[in-house]
Amino acid sequence: MTDHIVSSFDDELKDLAVKITRMGGYAEKSLIDATYALHRNDADLAMRTINADEQIDQLEHEIEEQAILMIAKRQPMAADLREIMAAIKLSADLERIGDLAKNIAKRAVAIQSQAGDKKVVLGIEYMSRIASEQLKDVLDAFIQRDVHKAMRVWKRDSEIDAMYTSIFRELLTYMMEDTRNITYSTHLLFAAKNIERIGDHATNIAETIYFLCEGEQLREDRPKQDASSFTPADYEPEAG
Amino acid sequence: MNQAANAEAPARSAETIVVDDPNMNPIRVAAKDTSVYYGQKQALFDVSIDIPERSVTSFIGPSGCGKSTFLRCINRMNDTIDGCRVEGLITLDERNIYDPSLDVVELRARVGMVFQKPNPFPKSIYDNIAYGPRIHGLATNKSELDGVVESSLRKAGLWEEVKDRLDDPGTGLSGGQQQRLCIARAVAVSPEVILMDEPCSALDPIATAKVEELIDELKENYCIIIVTHSMQQAARVSQRTAFFHLGILVEVGPTEHIFTNPKDERTHDYITGRFG
Repeated sequence: MTDHIVSSFDDELKDLAVKITRMGGYAEKSLIDATYALHRNDADLAMRTINADEQIDQLEHEIEEQAILMIAKRQPMAADLREIMAAIKLSADLERIGDLAKNIAKRAVAIQSQAGDKKVVLGIEYMSRIASEQLKDVLDAFIQRDVHKAMRVWKRDSEIDAMYTSIFRELLTYMMEDTRNITYSTHLLFAAKNIERIGDHATNIAETIYFLCEGEQLREDRPKQDASSFTPADYEPEAG
Repeated sequence: MNQAANAEAPARSAETIVVDDPNMNPIRVAAKDTSVYYGQKQALFDVSIDIPERSVTSFIGPSGCGKSTFLRCINRMNDTIDGCRVEGLITLDERNIYDPSLDVVELRARVGMVFQKPNPFPKSIYDNIAYGPRIHGLATNKSELDGVVESSLRKAGLWEEVKDRLDDPGTGLSGGQQQRLCIARAVAVSPEVILMDEPCSALDPIATAKVEELIDELKENYCIIIVTHSMQQAARVSQRTAFFHLGILVEVGPTEHIFTNPKDERTHDYITGRFG
């Protein structure tokens, strides 16, 4: 795309995209660190991850302020307007991702003294790896303005949903076996849920990228495989 | 100069992108392959456009793009310019307005015009409004004329401000009031179409807001076509927007479409401030 007549407008738009990218990098790191802390009982790393969320929040404020100022000052139209709206939406999604990762880190601190079933933690770690890949891919799609890449992320989210449902069932079984597992399992359940939510935010970002590139909203329904919400109260784990 | 014009020739032959709007009102004004020449120089190239009734259509584009030229074709104002030639077909209610049997004076009563700079007659506020209805024989007696003056001033949102000084000269009003007086004057002869050529460019933001509010009210009854350099104004007041560039109509469609997701690169570059 050709440059604006007013070159400072281009600089401002670039700066906005740079801040989004930086924010995305922080959010991605938070998720990886929080899951690692959970997996390795690393309370130090967990604490650092909790504290690191502040810089994500700070960036969100900066992006929002800058976007509002640009709308007031430039009266952006068409692709410029979409770019600024996308920055506002993306920063909100990334801020939520940061919060969810921070919450996982808090749970890592809470359960660090408890020994539990490592198998479930491994499942969560695997789920987290997929989620951080999704996050990385969708951020790349933003930088490259690659709508196809964004759509691949969007379609892949059902994988995370399916994993979450399976972890949910596993943890229910675990809790039923021994009530002493409930606290530990609940923390893990929330950690898994948080990762599932992060996946959803990644798909939100993919939808925003679609809007940014195509100029219209994505109207399709996303394939969903999170069946945990439909689990009946009298759920009995399958034998074996 | 000629070389530059030739270099741009291919772009001119490109077809207008028309974005359909299922909610568009019936068509009041239509142009088909309209070209305008000033002497040897062609200013407008094969413009075809449908303009709906009871709505606002805005024409945007850089200076010299032909938008005002086209606007002036719609009430044959170009007839007054020496060497100006209009080709193609422009219809008002499906009747060719360049038909030799058509009465131009009557056409201009049906297609009113408001200019960039308010131009009230050097007469009283009352006579500014009453002039048109008088010469067109729209009122038979004084009380009828009084009624037309009052209702026109009311429609232009000016009545409350001037009702106690109708005999004061129109030129003594503020710029914004003068412009609304000119709109009232246009409305007084019960036109079907009102053309506005940058009606707010000489007004302050408050007076501009009042005129925009007025345009919004008038669109309930009239077909309004506005030429504006303020894209925000086009976005605010119009339902459809047409983008002109180098004498061709590049793109026309619902205003929200033009300003959020234009199809043509030239439209996009213009509205986002990228024109070199």
